[in-house]
Amino acid sequence: MSCLFDLDVGQKCQINDILIYDSLRRRLIDIGLTPKSVVECVEKSPLGDPKAFLIRGAVIALRKEICEKITVGAVI
Amino acid sequence: MEKDFTVALAGNPNVGKSTIFNALTGMKQHTGNWTGKTVETAAGYFKTDNNNYRLVDLPGTYSLMPHSFEEKVARDFIIDQKPDVVIVVCDANTLSRNLTLVLQTIAVSQRVLVCVNLLDEAKKNGIEINLKMLEKRLGVRVVGTTARNKKTIESLLFALDEVIKQPPKTELNLKTDEETALEAVNRAEEICNGIITYKNQNYKKRDLKIDKIVTSKAFGFPLMLLLLCLVFWLTINGANYPSELLFKGFSWLEGELSALLLLLNCPKIIHNALIYGVFRTVGFIVSVMLPPMAIFFPLFTLLEDLGFLPRIAFNLDKPFKSCGACGKQALTMCMGFGCNAAGVTGCRIIDSPRERLLAILTNAFVPCNGRFPTIIAIITMFFIGGGISGSVTSAIILTTVITFGIILTFLATKLLSKTVLKGVPSNFILELPPYRQPQILKVIVRSIFDRTLFVLGRSLIVAAPAGLIIYIMSNTLVNGTTLLSYCADFLDPFARLLGLDGVILIAFILGFPANEIVVPIIIMAYMQNGILQDGFSLDFTQALFIENGWTVKTAISMLIFTLCHWPCSTTVLTIKKETASIKWTLLSILLPTAFGVVLCMIFNFICDVFF
Repeated sequence: MSCLFDLDVGQKCQINDILIYDSLRRRLIDIGLTPKSVVECVEKSPLGDPKAFLIRGAVIALRKEICEKITVGAVI
Repeated sequence: MEKDFTVALAGNPNVGKSTIFNALTGMKQHTGNWTGKTVETAAGYFKTDNNNYRLVDLPGTYSLMPHSFEEKVARDFIIDQKPDVVIVVCDANTLSRNLTLVLQTIAVSQRVLVCVNLLDEAKKNGIEINLKMLEKRLGVRVVGTTARNKKTIESLLFALDEVIKQPPKTELNLKTDEETALEAVNRAEEICNGIITYKNQNYKKRDLKIDKIVTSKAFGFPLMLLLLCLVFWLTINGANYPSELLFKGFSWLEGELSALLLLLNCPKIIHNALIYGVFRTVGFIVSVMLPPMAIFFPLFTLLEDLGFLPRIAFNLDKPFKSCGACGKQALTMCMGFGCNAAGVTGCRIIDSPRERLLAILTNAFVPCNGRFPTIIAIITMFFIGGGISGSVTSAIILTTVITFGIILTFLATKLLSKTVLKGVPSNFILELPPYRQPQILKVIVRSIFDRTLFVLGRSLIVAAPAGLIIYIMSNTLVNGTTLLSYCADFLDPFARLLGLDGVILIAFILGFPANEIVVPIIIMAYMQNGILQDGFSLDFTQALFIENGWTVKTAISMLIFTLCHWPCSTTVLTIKKETASIKWTLLSILLPTAFGVVLCMIFNFICDVFF
């Protein structure tokens, strides 16, 4: 398990690091996607991308490109 | 009374801010179940027993750290205008995330009142919040509300009157670095610790179950198409009979009015201009437009309130990404079904300027409700009979036409992002809100009064004078032919290349102020060619069109051209305002027109070769 996009629907894991350094980083932090927080992948769009994650009680859709820059720990 | 206090309404997107705004001010901003519905700040007034208030509804933001347009608007307002109180509306379901904004707002404002909204929904989800404890930990007044319930609004007003008496905070912290942002997120998490109890750990299960079907590989896209088709079927089928009734009513009224005018010794020329020019155009537009709109708008609003639109954006994001655009363009595209001008304004929800332009320039490829009736009328006249099976067929044809428009949107977007708007797709963050049960009766009443009648009124304002102008054009003789035929004849050779005729093309040109008047213009122009008949209805119109050389080929060319030509004047003005550029405005006119011309030509070339 290395990046957020590897999560399948129903899997949970802890965020390790966000390897994004532009304004998007702050946006992700604002919505509660911070290092050490736990997220769950809850949906996948019909074409496989984007995927949606349960982040602090809200369902948020993120594209593959973003997910690939977010490293995660092992599946919980 | 003394001066008005200014109160700002802040909050995450889609937490019911607009509902609270409406409840307080008695205004009727439309609320929808999706992020970014409110793109402009709205202001309204209300009063309590003690004070007068001016309420400003800020755009929904996750943060007050200025990264995007909305956040900058919200932050600047709070810091520069110094509102007396900022009410931060929170969603009880996602309190921890909402508190981040609360903490940031407390840091930069004089007085803060926290309003924990959607308590009813949270309760249903088994979430309970200790508001007293929250108030203690935050150090500002906290009120719990259920915006749909009047009583809780009263307690909000009561708290507001108390908060306004507090001395303003002067020591503000305007830092915007990442440390500060992270600190707020973590503090919010700490504050929530122990004050929220989840009685039902699986509270999202129902939504997720629905989403599993709505976004599944097998059913995702077919379901969207089916739903689109169903909405159109209900619209067409339901509109049929009332349309006919309205036609009859106007026909009768025309006779009566005409008799009345003649009785009053009204000169023939004025009588004809009023009856055959103004009245017929207005009557046609009301008969053709009102019934479908009165059905389509409420249905669409129901889908919107239900929370279905963000799922469409979720499903369509990948195709949009491969065209170099943003999935939120699906939302603005859907708004375009109502009105392209509204769709263009809605493009503000797209953060990247390049992607916003893509969405603005291609918005006109989905037909707005000014063009729906034209499309429906042509389908009804040329492709189907009556009855249930007929309306199913026409719903399928209409869905095909719309799907074609959506495909063209993708093509045009791709074309733009490969040429004048090169770039890589930027980030895409979209919240999928919980499904909410719409208040059906309210939706119907609201959408009929606020949207349907508004749009109808606007088109009538254009239609009445346009009807007069066209009547004058078709009755002013220049060198033995009327002015209208003169123009039509001039355009005819070119129009023939498109499979249309000069009259149709001139109707589209004169329909620039409002697409609704295209068909009435065609009717009027044809009628002056000596085929004046009594009464008017779709049957009559069909006979008239066929007499003037229409075939199925003409009808299809007309459908293509209705789908792709220049946007109406309101939309063009909105595009000018949104892009602040003549160049992009011109392109937004040229792009769909070029598509329409080329497609019509190709279609007619193919027909000529093979049939």
